[in-house]
Amino acid sequence: MAYEVNGTTVEHDEEGYITNLSEWTKELADVIAKAEDVEMDDERWEVVNFLREYYDEYQIAPAVRVLIKAVKKTMGPEKGNNKYMYELFPYGPAKQACKIAGLPKPTGCV
Amino acid sequence: MTIKNFLYVNRKAPYGTIYALESLEVVLIGAAFDQDVSLAFLDDGVFQLTKGQNTDGIGVKNFSPTFRALGDYDVTKLYVEAESLAERGLTADDLQEVMYEDEDDDWAEKPSIKIISRAEMADVMAGADVVLSF
Repeated sequence: MAYEVNGTTVEHDEEGYITNLSEWTKELADVIAKAEDVEMDDERWEVVNFLREYYDEYQIAPAVRVLIKAVKKTMGPEKGNNKYMYELFPYGPAKQACKIAGLPKPTGCV
Repeated sequence: MTIKNFLYVNRKAPYGTIYALESLEVVLIGAAFDQDVSLAFLDDGVFQLTKGQNTDGIGVKNFSPTFRALGDYDVTKLYVEAESLAERGLTADDLQEVMYEDEDDDWAEKPSIKIISRAEMADVMAGADVVLSF
Protein backbone atom coordinates (compact mmCIF):
# COMPACT_ATOMS: atom_id res chain seq x y z
CA MET A 1 0.00 0.00 0.00
CA ALA A 2 1.36 3.39 -0.91
CA TYR A 3 0.56 7.07 -1.42
CA GLU A 4 1.28 8.68 -4.79
CA VAL A 5 3.06 12.05 -4.67
CA ASN A 6 4.33 13.72 -7.83
CA GLY A 7 4.94 10.39 -9.53
CA THR A 8 6.73 8.78 -6.59
CA THR A 9 5.23 6.28 -4.18
CA VAL A 10 5.48 6.35 -0.40
CA GLU A 11 4.73 3.08 1.42
CA HIS A 12 2.23 3.05 4.28
CA ASP A 13 0.86 0.43 6.66
CA GLU A 14 -2.68 -0.95 6.72
CA GLU A 15 -3.90 2.06 8.70
CA GLY A 16 -2.25 4.68 6.50
CA TYR A 17 0.79 5.57 8.60
CA ILE A 18 3.89 5.89 6.42
CA THR A 19 6.51 3.25 7.10
CA ASN A 20 9.64 5.32 6.47
CA LEU A 21 9.37 8.55 8.44
CA SER A 22 12.12 10.25 6.44
CA GLU A 23 9.98 10.12 3.28
CA TRP A 24 7.57 12.76 4.61
CA THR A 25 7.12 15.99 2.64
CA LYS A 26 4.56 18.80 2.82
CA GLU A 27 3.13 17.58 -0.49
CA LEU A 28 2.72 14.11 1.01
CA ALA A 29 0.89 15.65 3.98
CA ASP A 30 -1.66 17.11 1.57
CA VAL A 31 -2.11 13.71 -0.10
CA ILE A 32 -2.62 11.93 3.25
CA ALA A 33 -5.02 14.66 4.38
CA LYS A 34 -7.07 14.20 1.22
CA ALA A 35 -7.24 10.46 1.85
CA GLU A 36 -8.47 11.29 5.36
CA ASP A 37 -11.06 13.77 4.05
CA VAL A 38 -9.31 16.63 5.80
CA GLU A 39 -8.68 19.98 4.10
CA MET A 40 -5.33 21.37 5.25
CA ASP A 41 -5.45 25.01 6.35
CA ASP A 42 -3.27 27.19 8.60
CA GLU A 43 -4.90 25.89 11.77
CA ARG A 44 -4.33 22.26 10.85
CA TRP A 45 -0.78 22.93 9.70
CA GLU A 46 -0.11 24.52 13.05
CA VAL A 47 -1.04 21.27 14.80
CA VAL A 48 0.84 19.09 12.30
CA ASN A 49 3.98 21.22 12.65
CA PHE A 50 3.61 21.15 16.41
CA LEU A 51 3.49 17.34 16.35
CA ARG A 52 6.58 17.13 14.17
CA GLU A 53 8.47 19.37 16.57
CA TYR A 54 7.27 17.32 19.52
CA TYR A 55 8.50 14.13 17.82
CA ASP A 56 11.79 15.76 16.98
CA GLU A 57 12.34 16.67 20.60
CA TYR A 58 11.01 13.57 22.38
CA GLN A 59 11.09 10.83 19.70
CA ILE A 60 7.49 10.02 20.43
CA ALA A 61 4.05 10.71 18.98
CA PRO A 62 2.04 11.90 21.99
CA ALA A 63 -1.26 10.42 23.13
CA VAL A 64 -4.27 12.68 22.52
CA ARG A 65 -4.54 13.80 26.15
CA VAL A 66 -0.88 14.78 26.15
CA LEU A 67 -1.14 16.50 22.78
CA ILE A 68 -4.05 18.66 23.88
CA LYS A 69 -2.29 19.56 27.12
CA ALA A 70 0.88 20.50 25.24
CA VAL A 71 -1.06 22.58 22.69
CA LYS A 72 -2.79 24.35 25.55
CA LYS A 73 0.57 25.19 27.07
CA THR A 74 2.16 26.57 23.89
CA MET A 75 -0.82 27.91 21.89
CA GLY A 76 -3.27 28.76 24.66
CA PRO A 77 -6.53 27.30 25.97
CA GLU A 78 -8.63 28.48 23.01
CA LYS A 79 -6.76 25.91 20.91
CA GLY A 80 -5.71 23.42 23.56
CA ASN A 81 -9.15 21.90 24.12
CA ASN A 82 -11.04 18.85 22.91
CA LYS A 83 -13.66 20.75 20.94
CA TYR A 84 -11.22 22.76 18.83
CA MET A 85 -8.92 19.82 18.18
CA TYR A 86 -11.69 17.40 17.26
CA GLU A 87 -13.20 19.97 14.91
CA LEU A 88 -9.88 20.09 13.05
CA PHE A 89 -9.36 16.33 13.12
CA PRO A 90 -12.70 14.55 13.61
CA TYR A 91 -11.21 11.04 13.71
CA GLY A 92 -8.96 11.88 16.63
CA PRO A 93 -6.49 14.78 16.79
CA ALA A 94 -3.52 12.61 17.73
CA LYS A 95 -4.31 9.68 15.44
CA GLN A 96 -5.22 11.69 12.37
CA ALA A 97 -2.79 14.58 12.75
CA CYS A 98 0.10 12.17 13.42
CA LYS A 99 -0.75 10.30 10.24
CA ILE A 100 -0.70 13.53 8.25
CA ALA A 101 2.51 14.60 10.01
CA GLY A 102 4.19 11.38 8.89
CA LEU A 103 4.68 10.10 12.44
CA PRO A 104 3.98 6.67 13.90
CA LYS A 105 0.64 5.94 15.50
CA PRO A 106 0.62 7.58 18.94
CA THR A 107 1.83 5.35 21.75
CA GLY A 108 -1.08 4.26 23.86
CA CYS A 109 -3.57 4.62 21.03
CA VAL A 110 -5.57 1.49 20.25
CA MET B 1 -11.89 3.32 40.08
CA THR B 2 -9.27 2.45 42.65
CA ILE B 3 -5.93 4.02 41.87
CA LYS B 4 -3.11 1.54 42.17
CA ASN B 5 0.51 2.31 42.65
CA PHE B 6 2.49 0.80 39.72
CA LEU B 7 6.25 0.48 39.85
CA TYR B 8 8.18 -0.36 36.68
CA VAL B 9 11.60 -1.77 37.52
CA ASN B 10 14.30 -1.34 34.87
CA ARG B 11 17.46 -3.41 35.28
CA LYS B 12 18.86 -3.66 31.77
CA ALA B 13 21.04 -1.46 29.57
CA PRO B 14 19.06 0.62 27.03
CA TYR B 15 20.26 -1.20 23.92
CA GLY B 16 21.18 -4.80 23.07
CA THR B 17 17.85 -6.11 24.27
CA ILE B 18 14.33 -4.80 23.75
CA TYR B 19 13.50 -4.64 27.49
CA ALA B 20 14.23 -0.95 28.08
CA LEU B 21 12.23 0.29 25.09
CA GLU B 22 9.35 -2.09 25.80
CA SER B 23 9.23 -0.96 29.41
CA LEU B 24 9.01 2.68 28.36
CA GLU B 25 6.22 1.88 25.88
CA VAL B 26 4.25 0.04 28.56
CA VAL B 27 4.73 2.97 30.92
CA LEU B 28 3.37 5.40 28.32
CA ILE B 29 0.40 3.18 27.56
CA GLY B 30 -0.28 2.54 31.26
CA ALA B 31 -0.08 6.25 32.04
CA ALA B 32 -3.22 6.77 29.97
CA PHE B 33 -5.21 4.85 32.60
CA ASP B 34 -4.76 7.39 35.40
CA GLN B 35 -2.77 5.17 37.72
CA ASP B 36 0.01 6.25 40.05
CA VAL B 37 3.13 5.31 38.10
CA SER B 38 6.76 5.28 39.26
CA LEU B 39 9.91 4.01 37.58
CA ALA B 40 12.91 2.43 39.25
CA PHE B 41 16.35 2.14 37.67
CA LEU B 42 18.89 -0.25 39.08
CA ASP B 43 21.76 -2.48 37.95
CA ASP B 44 22.55 -1.74 34.29
CA GLY B 45 19.15 -0.02 34.05
CA VAL B 46 20.80 3.18 35.29
CA PHE B 47 22.47 3.47 31.87
CA GLN B 48 19.02 4.16 30.36
CA LEU B 49 19.06 7.66 31.84
CA THR B 50 22.61 8.64 30.90
CA LYS B 51 22.93 11.80 28.85
CA GLY B 52 24.59 12.17 25.47
CA GLN B 53 23.47 8.80 24.09
CA ASN B 54 24.30 8.28 20.43
CA THR B 55 23.03 5.20 18.61
CA ASP B 56 24.22 6.05 15.10
CA GLY B 57 26.73 3.21 15.14
CA ILE B 58 24.22 0.48 16.03
CA GLY B 59 21.35 1.46 13.74
CA VAL B 60 18.59 1.70 16.34
CA LYS B 61 16.57 4.65 17.54
CA ASN B 62 17.95 6.66 20.44
CA PHE B 63 14.83 6.75 22.61
CA SER B 64 16.44 8.47 25.59
CA PRO B 65 14.75 11.84 24.76
CA THR B 66 11.39 10.14 25.39
CA PHE B 67 12.10 10.01 29.13
CA ARG B 68 11.83 13.81 29.07
CA ALA B 69 8.23 13.51 27.81
CA LEU B 70 7.16 11.47 30.85
CA GLY B 71 6.21 14.62 32.74
CA ASP B 72 3.56 15.32 30.08
CA TYR B 73 2.14 11.88 30.92
CA ASP B 74 2.06 12.72 34.64
CA VAL B 75 4.87 10.27 35.33
CA THR B 76 7.07 12.27 37.66
CA LYS B 77 8.86 9.75 39.89
CA LEU B 78 12.03 8.21 38.48
CA TYR B 79 13.98 6.50 41.26
CA VAL B 80 17.64 5.73 40.56
CA GLU B 81 19.62 3.53 42.91
CA ALA B 82 22.77 5.25 44.17
CA GLU B 83 24.74 2.01 44.64
CA SER B 84 24.08 0.92 41.03
CA LEU B 85 25.40 4.26 39.79
CA ALA B 86 28.51 4.08 41.97
CA GLU B 87 29.27 0.47 40.98
CA ARG B 88 29.39 1.64 37.35
CA GLY B 89 31.48 4.72 38.00
CA LEU B 90 28.54 7.01 37.32
CA THR B 91 27.32 10.05 39.22
CA ALA B 92 24.20 12.21 39.08
CA ASP B 93 26.03 14.44 36.57
CA ASP B 94 26.10 11.59 34.04
CA LEU B 95 22.30 11.46 33.95
CA GLN B 96 20.12 13.61 31.71
CA GLU B 97 17.83 16.18 33.23
CA VAL B 98 14.19 15.08 33.39
CA MET B 99 11.79 17.75 34.62
CA TYR B 100 8.06 17.98 35.23
CA GLU B 101 5.73 20.86 35.95
CA ASP B 102 4.03 20.66 39.32
CA GLU B 103 0.35 21.47 38.81
CA ASP B 104 -0.12 22.03 42.56
CA ASP B 105 2.76 24.48 42.79
CA ASP B 106 1.96 27.04 40.07
CA TRP B 107 3.51 24.79 37.38
CA ALA B 108 6.99 25.10 38.85
CA GLU B 109 9.60 22.97 37.07
CA LYS B 110 10.92 20.21 39.28
CA PRO B 111 13.31 17.31 38.69
CA SER B 112 11.72 13.87 38.21
CA ILE B 113 14.86 11.88 38.92
CA LYS B 114 15.48 11.01 42.57
CA ILE B 115 18.65 9.20 43.54
CA ILE B 116 17.99 6.94 46.50
CA SER B 117 19.89 4.29 48.42
CA ARG B 118 19.40 0.54 48.03
CA ALA B 119 17.59 0.46 51.37
CA GLU B 120 15.23 3.22 50.27
CA MET B 121 14.65 1.38 46.99
CA ALA B 122 13.52 -1.64 48.98
CA ASP B 123 10.93 0.58 50.68
CA VAL B 124 9.75 1.95 47.33
CA MET B 125 9.25 -1.60 46.07
CA ALA B 126 7.51 -2.69 49.25
CA GLY B 127 5.14 0.27 48.94
CA ALA B 128 4.04 -0.53 45.39
CA ASP B 129 0.76 -2.36 44.69
CA VAL B 130 2.06 -3.73 41.40
CA VAL B 131 5.70 -4.27 40.44
CA LEU B 132 6.53 -4.89 36.77
CA SER B 133 10.09 -5.98 36.11
CA PHE B 134 11.96 -5.40 32.86
